[in-house]
Amino acid sequence: MSDSHTQHIITSTGTYVAVFVGLIILTGLTYVAAINDFGALNTPIALGIAGLKASLVVLIFMGVRYNTPLTKVVVISGFFWLLIMFGLTMGDYMSRSWLGVPGR
Amino acid sequence: MASPVQHDTAAHAEHHPRLQHHFFSMDQQLEASILGMWVFLVTEVMFFGGLFMAYILYRYWYPDAWAAASNHLNVQMGAINTVVLICSSLTMVLAVRSAQVGSWIGQIVNLILTIMFGTTFLVVKYFEYAEKFEHHLVPGPHFAPTTDHIHAAHAVVGNPEQLFFSLYFIMTGIHAAHMVVGIALMSIILVMAWKKRFGPSYYGPIEVSGLYWHFVDIVWIFLFPLLYLLGAHLTTGAH
Repeated sequence: MSDSHTQHIITSTGTYVAVFVGLIILTGLTYVAAINDFGALNTPIALGIAGLKASLVVLIFMGVRYNTPLTKVVVISGFFWLLIMFGLTMGDYMSRSWLGVPGR
Repeated sequence: MASPVQHDTAAHAEHHPRLQHHFFSMDQQLEASILGMWVFLVTEVMFFGGLFMAYILYRYWYPDAWAAASNHLNVQMGAINTVVLICSSLTMVLAVRSAQVGSWIGQIVNLILTIMFGTTFLVVKYFEYAEKFEHHLVPGPHFAPTTDHIHAAHAVVGNPEQLFFSLYFIMTGIHAAHMVVGIALMSIILVMAWKKRFGPSYYGPIEVSGLYWHFVDIVWIFLFPLLYLLGAHLTTGAH
C-alpha cells in the first residue's frame, strides 16, 4: 500500500505482555491497598489504581494512542460527560443541606 | 472534473474486495469503524455511568451500610474474575495482532482462548450468585445479612444494605449480560476468522469487536474495587 495515510502501527507482542503484567500487578496492588486502612484516602487510592488500569487498556489494548484526533476527542468527551454527570449530581445533593429550609 | 473521474477508475481498478463503496480507502473504512464503535462505547459509558452515579450517591448517604454490605462479597471470586478478564483482554489483542500480521492460527487460538476466558468469568459469576441466594443476600422479603459482628442493625425492609445488593446485582448482572453479548460476538468473529476473512489489509471487524471486549473489561476494573474491596480493611481490622 503506497497510501500516504497513517499506516496502522502494529504493537509488538512484548508491549502487550508488558501491559498485561502491569495490569496483574496493579490488581494485586488494589487488593493490598484495600486490606489496609488509609482513612479518607481509601477510595482515592482504589480509584487511582483503577483509573491507571483503565488508561493502560484504553491507550494500548484499545490502541487509542494511534487513533485519529477525532476518535481521541470522542473518547475523552465520553469520560468528560461522565464527570459532568457525577459532578453536577453530587454538587446538588451535597449542597442541599446548606439552606435550612423545608422542602430542600 | 476530469481528475476525479480518472482517480475513480484508478481506485476501482485496485479495489480491495472488502472495501465498501462509500469509502475512499481501506484506511478510511477502518478509521470510520473505530470511530463508530467509540461513539457506541461512549453511550455505554453513560449507561453504566448512571448506575455508578446511583452507587456514589447511596454510598455517600449510607457509608457504613455500604462498607458492611461490601464485606459479604467474595473477594477471592472477584479477584479471580479480574485476572480472568485481564487474561481475556491479552488474548483479544493478540488475536487482533495475529490478523494484522496475517497469522490464521494465531487468530483462531487467541479467539478461542478469549471465548474460554469469557465463559470462565460467567461460570465463576454463577457460583457467586448461587452463594448470594444461599446466604439470603438477594434483596427482597428474604434478605437477611448475617454479619452481626460488623453491623448490628439489619434485616428490616428499607435496610440500606439491600440497596447495596440491588446495585450489586444490577451492575454485575448487566456487566455479565455484556459478557454474554461479547462471547456471542467473538463466536461470530471466530467463524469469520476461520473462513480466512481477516488479514493485514482487512481486520476491521476483529479490531472493533475487540474494542467492545476491552470496554467490558474496563467496567469490571472499576466494579471490582468499588463493590468487592470497599470494606476489605474492616474484615482484616476486626480479626
